[in-house]
Amino acid sequence: MSQHTDLPLRPDLKLIADWIPPRARVLDLGCGDGALLANLQQHKQVTGYGVEIDVGNIARCVTAGVNAVQGDLEAGLADFRDASFDHVILSQTIQAMQHTEEILLEMLRVGREAIVTFPNFGFWENRWQILQGHMPVSETIPYQWYDTPNIHWCMLGDFEALCAKNGIGVLERVVMNEGRRIRFLPNLRGSLAFYRVARRG
Amino acid sequence: MSTTESSVGIVSAQQALFDVPLDLACGKTLTSYQLTFESYGELNAAKSNAILICHALSGHHHAAGRYQPDDKSAGWWDSMIGPGKPIDTRRFFVVALNNLGGCHGSTGPSSIDPDTRRPWGSAFPLVTVPDWVTSQARLADRLGIDRWAAVIGGSLGGMQALQWSINYPARVANAIVIASAPKLSAQNIAFNDVARQAILTDPDFHGGDFYQNGAIPRRGLRLARMLGHITYLSDDGMGEKFGRMLRSGEYKFGYDVEFEIESYLRYQGDKFSDYFDANTYLLMTKALDYFDPAKDHGGDLVAALKKATAHFLVASFTSDWRFSPLRSRELVQGLIAADKRVAYGEIESTHGHDAFLMTDQPYVDLMRAYLDRVAQEVAA
Repeated sequence: MSQHTDLPLRPDLKLIADWIPPRARVLDLGCGDGALLANLQQHKQVTGYGVEIDVGNIARCVTAGVNAVQGDLEAGLADFRDASFDHVILSQTIQAMQHTEEILLEMLRVGREAIVTFPNFGFWENRWQILQGHMPVSETIPYQWYDTPNIHWCMLGDFEALCAKNGIGVLERVVMNEGRRIRFLPNLRGSLAFYRVARRG
Repeated sequence: MSTTESSVGIVSAQQALFDVPLDLACGKTLTSYQLTFESYGELNAAKSNAILICHALSGHHHAAGRYQPDDKSAGWWDSMIGPGKPIDTRRFFVVALNNLGGCHGSTGPSSIDPDTRRPWGSAFPLVTVPDWVTSQARLADRLGIDRWAAVIGGSLGGMQALQWSINYPARVANAIVIASAPKLSAQNIAFNDVARQAILTDPDFHGGDFYQNGAIPRRGLRLARMLGHITYLSDDGMGEKFGRMLRSGEYKFGYDVEFEIESYLRYQGDKFSDYFDANTYLLMTKALDYFDPAKDHGGDLVAALKKATAHFLVASFTSDWRFSPLRSRELVQGLIAADKRVAYGEIESTHGHDAFLMTDQPYVDLMRAYLDRVAQEVAA
């Protein structure tokens, strides 16, 4: 439908796309210009919506043929009904949210599964910069401490503990660095974490 | 793009007469009626590129262009309609009409009732948004348009776009609903009633039959418009434009015009009472109040929207408190729950409800992006 959908997906979005089965109903939170949903619509016939805070991105989603509604995730997902999606995606945003726990619970209210990705604060380069006496600045954390939207840093274990506390089970976890999957010492060697989670039971 | 390039240029109004009786929601029937409309651009061979513009409370069919080169102002939505503009007349065939009950050439309370050969006045039936949509569908038939590429409207016009999508799902590809609501709130109805009371209690109103008395309920209309105008602007916008500015720079300790805002409102009220019909004003506000497509579905908006097949663009403006973003969001939630295709933009603006007639850049960009896609869909 749109020329945008022919562009290759960013590697992290590609990994998320690989987790979505054909014809799924998908809600993409912080969907940006709609690249992921446009790709999923074209290649996997998914249906769904994006949520975006920036009106310029709403226009870009329109151009990409993606349904997007303007909204602030901090206010929750009141626009969406219980259990109305198969997958709800929150990509590299949870660390910048005030209502971290609330959004995770909201995602699993409106969706069967949630996909959450975030920069892993436990990545060795971050630790090294801290040891040198500075807050980390890197490819996945491209902000100075005084000018960062990121307010809730966590490492793999922290996120998993938050899930456990809320009766949420981890269905799948992938840790990446520079586009490569990290299996050995992921919390040290991985810069980006991908989780697929669902309510237990 | 220069002004001349992006204007539809010189336009003229056309009339369409209908003599098939129109049964109205109020139970009465109009045996015949006339609709006045304008069109801009060319209908393509497939007749797939037509767009219907629905007007708001005080609007009409003159949406773009000028009648004479030296007309002081262009049509009411000239900023949005024209060559190279979001509603691009190089791609679309655009139709704008004056609704039934109006006072700009379509049959309304100030028209002559063929049975009595006198102005309809109080005898003119109340018409509703669904009635308008039925009459607009007949105009579409007349023009050979089976399916609108888009039906577009702001405020009361947005309600018509929404009603089209429900009543004629097969005839609307896209519905663009701007600064509107799936129904009015109590507060909004309350404002309408104060406006109506201003008119109804004007001694020159004569129960609606003022025409034969050679009277015009000017005071009522003026007050109604002044009140309305306040609610169409935002506190911030009004503050920016007028603040506490005084016309003469000092207090006069009297009741004449002193503050600039008073001057502005009185001017707007006077101007309006010169050209607008009091009965039309009453009728339009009732159409607003009655609008509630969920009512036929036990109050369930989602059920009402189920039938729609159009794609939707819904837009609201942050400082609009007459049709607040929450009301648009109510519609968006209904559309999502009904599993409809929808884009929603909540546009930052200080222009209040009037923002739908303005050109805040994010608004223009969103309209342009959406209508580009509409044009692609219909290969215009």
